[in-house]
Amino acid sequence: MNRLEATDRDRVQYLLMGRLDDELSPDEIAEFDSLIETDAGVRAEWEKLRTMKSVTAAVKLRAPPDEIWEDYMNSVYRRIERGTAWILISIGAIVLLSFALWTGVESLLQDTTTPWYLKGAIMSLLVGFVVLFVSVVREKLFVYKNDPYTEVKR
Amino acid sequence: MNYEGVNTRSDKVPTDSDSRERDLVLRSKRGDRSAFGELVKNHMRRAYYVALGLVGSHDDALDISQEAFARAFDARDALDPERPFYPWLYQILRRLSFNHLRNRKTRRARLDAEAHWIVADATSRAAVDDPARQVERLEVRERIGTAIEELSQWEREVFVLRQFEDLRYREIAELLKIPVGTVMSRLYSARRSLAAQLEDLL
Repeated sequence: MNRLEATDRDRVQYLLMGRLDDELSPDEIAEFDSLIETDAGVRAEWEKLRTMKSVTAAVKLRAPPDEIWEDYMNSVYRRIERGTAWILISIGAIVLLSFALWTGVESLLQDTTTPWYLKGAIMSLLVGFVVLFVSVVREKLFVYKNDPYTEVKR
Repeated sequence: MNYEGVNTRSDKVPTDSDSRERDLVLRSKRGDRSAFGELVKNHMRRAYYVALGLVGSHDDALDISQEAFARAFDARDALDPERPFYPWLYQILRRLSFNHLRNRKTRRARLDAEAHWIVADATSRAAVDDPARQVERLEVRERIGTAIEELSQWEREVFVLRQFEDLRYREIAELLKIPVGTVMSRLYSARRSLAAQLEDLL
């Protein structure tokens, strides 16, 4: 399809959609009327789209039970509270677990009776965790930078 | 392409309800929960219904719309009192909905279990009284629901906003931050796809 044909096709789409949704100016309606009179293909497409719209116009979104609106706001508040609680719990848990882990690891590493392979396993585990953490953070940063909705507050 | 002929309802002067909302947003930014509660009350139905149109399940729509409000409260510092609240909330809502839709397995399982997120508009008395026609309408409704499910998330979004929210093209464009031409081409593509899927009904 060359550029001119693509532009014509865009114009036809514009007129078809605009007419279907009552978004055209009087001049554009006249242009549309003239188009469907002269072009049988566009006329057939118009008829199909118009029928399709009348079929889909016969359905609507199902209304939920009225009771949900009574508790809706409370549910939002509960979510807000839980969100704050989870943040506090997470911070506390991370600090405590990190401290416990470090204390345990430190005492094992400093203990001269700990076998060398156990010390090696501990180091391997720690390095593995660090690599995993860096990898996840890097991936999250990459997704965030390349996300088309970065302006959206999550 | 020139879209000058497209009608617009967005060039309006501020109303009492706008200044009321501005006040609620300002108070919400200061952490006033009762003001935020009023914002929730004013927009909860719209948020729920648009989520229902996007994800097609009552439970998920309720969950997503409530979560959107909770996240909006967390991010209230970013609220601009000079701009309407709903378009800002909608950005959170659509992101949550699209994230949900990405998990197509969950979505399909939920829909299979729940289904019926749209209903036939029972405006015709004859259809209500005649069981055969009721069955026919039920089948048509399910076909339409399935056809909407098959649309891409971009097509589905503009279709839902136009069909169920009854928004004008300019309003959809402003909400989605895309040109009016893109709204029209997505809508065209959605309708072509629906027409193809529902061909035997047309």
